[in-house]
Amino acid sequence: MKRVQFSSPYLPYLFIAPQMAIIFVFFYWPSVQAIQSSFYLEDPFGFGSTFVGLSNYVDALGSAQYQSIARFTVVFTALVTFLSLGFGMLLAVKADAVLKGSSTYKTLLIWVYAIAPPVAGLMGMMFFDQHIGPLVKFAALFGWDMKVGLNYNDTAFAMIAVSVWKQIPYNFIFILSGLQSIPVSVREAAAIDCRSGVRRFWTMTLPLLAPTAFFLLIINMTYALFDTFGVIDVMVKDKAANNPITLVYKVYMDGFRGNDLGGSSAQSVILMIVVFVLTVFQFRFIERRVHYN
Amino acid sequence: MNRIRLFDHLVLMFGVFIMVAPVVVAFMTSTHEAADIHRNGLSLTWGDHFAETYDKVLTRKGGFTGEITGARMIWNSMILGVGFAAGKIVLSMLAAYAIVYFRFRLGTLFFWMIFTTLLLPLEVRIVPSYEVMNKLALTNTYTGLIVPLLASATGTFFFRQFFKSVPEELLEAARIDGAGPFKFFIDVLVPLSRTMIAAIFIIMFVYGWNQYLWPTLMTTDERFFTLVRGIKQILLVWVGSNIPDYNEAFALAILAMLPPVMIVLIFQRWFIKGLTESDK
Amino acid sequence: MASIGIRDVSKIYNGGVTAVSAVNIDIADGEFIVLVGPSGCGKSTLLRMVAGLETISQGEVTIGGRTVNDIDPADRDIAMVFQNYALYPHMTVYENLAYGLKNRRTPKAEIEARVAEAARMLELQPYLERKPRALSGGQRQRVAMGRAIVRKPSAFLFDEPLSNLDAKLRVSMRGEIKRLQRRVGTTSIYVTHDQLEAMTLADRLVVLSGGRIEQIGRPLDVYHRPATTFVASFIGSPAMNLVNGEVHGSKLALGPALIDLGAAVPTQGAVTVGLRAEDLRLHDDGQGGLPFRIDYVEELGAQRLVHGMVGDQPLVAALSSEIPLPETASLSIAPSRLHFFDTASGRRIDWSAEAAGPVAAAVVSEVVA
Repeated sequence: MKRVQFSSPYLPYLFIAPQMAIIFVFFYWPSVQAIQSSFYLEDPFGFGSTFVGLSNYVDALGSAQYQSIARFTVVFTALVTFLSLGFGMLLAVKADAVLKGSSTYKTLLIWVYAIAPPVAGLMGMMFFDQHIGPLVKFAALFGWDMKVGLNYNDTAFAMIAVSVWKQIPYNFIFILSGLQSIPVSVREAAAIDCRSGVRRFWTMTLPLLAPTAFFLLIINMTYALFDTFGVIDVMVKDKAANNPITLVYKVYMDGFRGNDLGGSSAQSVILMIVVFVLTVFQFRFIERRVHYN
Repeated sequence: MNRIRLFDHLVLMFGVFIMVAPVVVAFMTSTHEAADIHRNGLSLTWGDHFAETYDKVLTRKGGFTGEITGARMIWNSMILGVGFAAGKIVLSMLAAYAIVYFRFRLGTLFFWMIFTTLLLPLEVRIVPSYEVMNKLALTNTYTGLIVPLLASATGTFFFRQFFKSVPEELLEAARIDGAGPFKFFIDVLVPLSRTMIAAIFIIMFVYGWNQYLWPTLMTTDERFFTLVRGIKQILLVWVGSNIPDYNEAFALAILAMLPPVMIVLIFQRWFIKGLTESDK
Repeated sequence: MASIGIRDVSKIYNGGVTAVSAVNIDIADGEFIVLVGPSGCGKSTLLRMVAGLETISQGEVTIGGRTVNDIDPADRDIAMVFQNYALYPHMTVYENLAYGLKNRRTPKAEIEARVAEAARMLELQPYLERKPRALSGGQRQRVAMGRAIVRKPSAFLFDEPLSNLDAKLRVSMRGEIKRLQRRVGTTSIYVTHDQLEAMTLADRLVVLSGGRIEQIGRPLDVYHRPATTFVASFIGSPAMNLVNGEVHGSKLALGPALIDLGAAVPTQGAVTVGLRAEDLRLHDDGQGGLPFRIDYVEELGAQRLVHGMVGDQPLVAALSSEIPLPETASLSIAPSRLHFFDTASGRRIDWSAEAAGPVAAAVVSEVVA
């Protein structure tokens, strides 16, 4: 905080009040509600609710369907994270290396960031369409009879492809700005100390990028867990039964299609814990990162 | 040396191809007729039905109620994007100003309460949030669409970070020059934050425009549909039809991405600044 | 224009750290006072308490006879010049100068007149419509001073205003500040860590260390009669040599040499002896004097600084570069030029060397080292 501050008995409260009011009504109230209703069983016809303790949690975690969705979520998250991070890093390193046209490449590579996930999903549907999709035709060349929307694995493949495509620009921007913030003097010192470019990348560039990469790792995991909702929702077209979905999608399905408020809330709380752990991890790391700079 | 550079360029061009080609194809295809697409697949060439398709998508009344047009959805998206971005900036600048420039008893507590919102994204509390909106009778309103999305700390953190980087002597000089809390905010801090405000506006506009889950929950009345929210509806109408309106679907996708993409491209420098500095 | 009183002023931070303790300074109307000391000595804190930017933990600050402890900085009728200038980057030079006046609801014509006058004084007229970032460091510095001048305050407060400038500019701005202050005659408090700046600007110096005043006095008085070893080593460049010696009657044992002081020093036994580098001379005949083992020489052009050892204690002598240096030198000093300090407290021991006269030191005999 500032060395010199204003002191006023009411002004700070006045300034912070709008934000606090909105946070209370739209963040704390629902969050508390979620935790509360996760311990109750709601009557499907709206006639009150009964306290059931942890049984919503036990039901959720015990069900084979939940477990298989959780497994898919883990695989999906891991693949989306590593693939988008990998491609983003590859392109950023190359864009940083070329002298000519670097900014043109940058412009052409970042703008997909602005496309909404469901719009990306819609385009994915077209490209993986049974009749007109060029990617399906391309796969057929290799004898792969792709049936997105019908075959579980094919749908998963398409979802991952679209989600990765959409996320590459984000990683690209961050890694490129991380690379460009490495001081020229450090690069020059490294160029004098180490002749091999590849070795230089592994021993100098990558360690210096580590904080950025770690930050992106968490951001990408959050993206894969939550922001891909739009992609998934568009691509499974409400026929979730045979199709791969993630845990967030299941919360939505159970809450809004299945009207299982208690079960959905319990799942929400489980997800809250996952995100909470991830974020605390991230902030502890960022705290440490401050000392780097 | 040269060979390495050539290889670098090849990798980059391949990357550009992967990122750009789908959108180009989508746009080109949207200028053909549906039947034509159905017969020949996606297209890389210009069709002759650009005006016709886009006019139809923008002005034809559709949806289940037959009330909603593409133009109306663009308008709603615009309200959401601009309203969200503006709301975010006003709220978070005020809150960050209080946190950074005032010493007050509950300051630390408030700071942590705002900070906590970063821990739980909207997606994990959709059902109870919906319940709350129902109780407040805010479903199918612009308020219900925009305000709950403001309940997060991203902007506040961004401005807090920026305010902390403003030299302290500026405040001291202003105080000696006789500026009180309001004057300092309006005369010094807001003008100093202009670039920051622009950067955060761009990020938040794109974020707001691209919202999907929340509008899906909040709006059942088609008059309040945003373009991004309407997309699934379009897909649902298709199911079962003989020749799906591929051209219209592509046209809507292009329209839905056009404003945020244009903003990102035009204000690229601010956008990157806002993005890389706000998410830390 | 006003006098400033600082009475028993202390700053104690929440953690119990005392930054300034019980400081008393009386500043006369129109006087130019320089607070000087190493970083962390509390000089800026003291200035900021006068400005009202820090609360005063204990004591009282008066400006023009009015106690200002609880008065807002804007109402203390002071103006401040900051180290990093603190110009409003989004305002033009004109707006920067006028901002404080506008906030005080000064009539528009009056603002224009005052800004024009300040701009003329500081030769800023061509830059009035520019933003600060289009100005050089020296020009920014002048705008910062202009912002203080237009207000016509009772006091100017300067917080290390020249330390962001390069060496050459610093010298010329130093002159400019002095000239301006003489012209407008406003009471000024100036904070710096640069002893040379302090010496050249001040009517009176206040040397601070560890939150306490070491000495207050006119620059030459402080230079010639430093009150403590701290002041002795802080004021003057190169720093005064401080070596251990022993007084026996009217004789001083310094390393291997014994110096006849010609008069009694009001102390006996171990003592800290101060010798200014420029008071040391080469002993002509190479016999007697302080035997001086030369380590290395810094050539400054007009003179040279010779670093070496007397016995096992380091010493610097400023010698003329005209005279060739012998292999092994021996130094002499007029006893009246010697300073004595209590070894334990570091306080100056006053003595009268008049009786000794300005004769070159007579070395009675060599003591076995």
